[in-house]
Amino acid sequence: MATTLDSLLALDFPGAALAGLFLATGDLVEYVPVLVMLIFAVLFAGANLGLSFVLGAKGKTNPVKEAAYECGMPPITDAHQRFSVKFYLVAILFVLFDIEVVFLYPWAVHFGEKALQTFLFVEMLIFIGILFLGWWYVIRKGAVNWAQE
Amino acid sequence: MTTVLFVVFGGSALASALLAVTRKNPVASAIWLVGMFFGLAGVYVVLEAYFVAAVQVLVYAGAIMVLFLFVIMLLDLRSKQLDLEASPRMPILGVCAAVLFVVVSGMALMDAHDAGIFPDAAERATLVLDGSPEAIGADLFGRWLLAFEVTSLLLLGGILGAVILTKRRLT
Repeated sequence: MATTLDSLLALDFPGAALAGLFLATGDLVEYVPVLVMLIFAVLFAGANLGLSFVLGAKGKTNPVKEAAYECGMPPITDAHQRFSVKFYLVAILFVLFDIEVVFLYPWAVHFGEKALQTFLFVEMLIFIGILFLGWWYVIRKGAVNWAQE
Repeated sequence: MTTVLFVVFGGSALASALLAVTRKNPVASAIWLVGMFFGLAGVYVVLEAYFVAAVQVLVYAGAIMVLFLFVIMLLDLRSKQLDLEASPRMPILGVCAAVLFVVVSGMALMDAHDAGIFPDAAERATLVLDGSPEAIGADLFGRWLLAFEVTSLLLLGGILGAVILTKRRLT
């Protein structure tokens, strides 16, 4: 896709022409809105941090001010507590099944092709079938049962 | 001007990585690591690997990062404990590990270069970069079909390992 400045000017989002001058190669042009958003996000976060650094009152602290805010209640214990490994188990299982879903995207964009449909369906069935064994094991072991033990 | 973008994203990834390894507070290190993941995602976009970039943000900056934070909270390290366990030999060992990594990866790259894996200038001119989900799907369900199916075994191993390690005492 050869891109000229004219086709960039036709894109309708704020800053398109400006960004187009900077970035004028290939399919990358489609990602200029993402770049614009990224620049705005960095500027917004940076400006707020900078403003609070410049305008914020420094040096006026006392133990109450330094304490963690707990809905107005005086803090009972330290916030630094040791967490149960159960949280980690749920998180790692989430990541593993998340990666399974990642493979569904390239699969889904090809599923519309009629000639390949049966083949793709069977291949994904094998893939998900193997992972289903893992899911079955997780349920059998009661790994996500919170109250157990 | 992809070169400029490459330098910006690559540079921010590198800076975030350096900040991540030099912070005293492990949570601050983890947050700088998020910045590194975003910089890397930007580099992937510049290389026209859009799908990999999206997955990088979703899986690494999203999910893997949560795991890192959980490990930090599981261990519940106080700065005092860290000071006690930090030996003066640690920086030396770190530098040794870094040098070893550079040497090994450099040798691997040189081997790959000698084997003719990298395209030469003529090949590069005709090379079409396509990192869209369509292109990845075509390769995944064509040439790399077996690798795709084996990936599910790898994930299964991860699931079993996680359950066995954390639920060892249950019958």
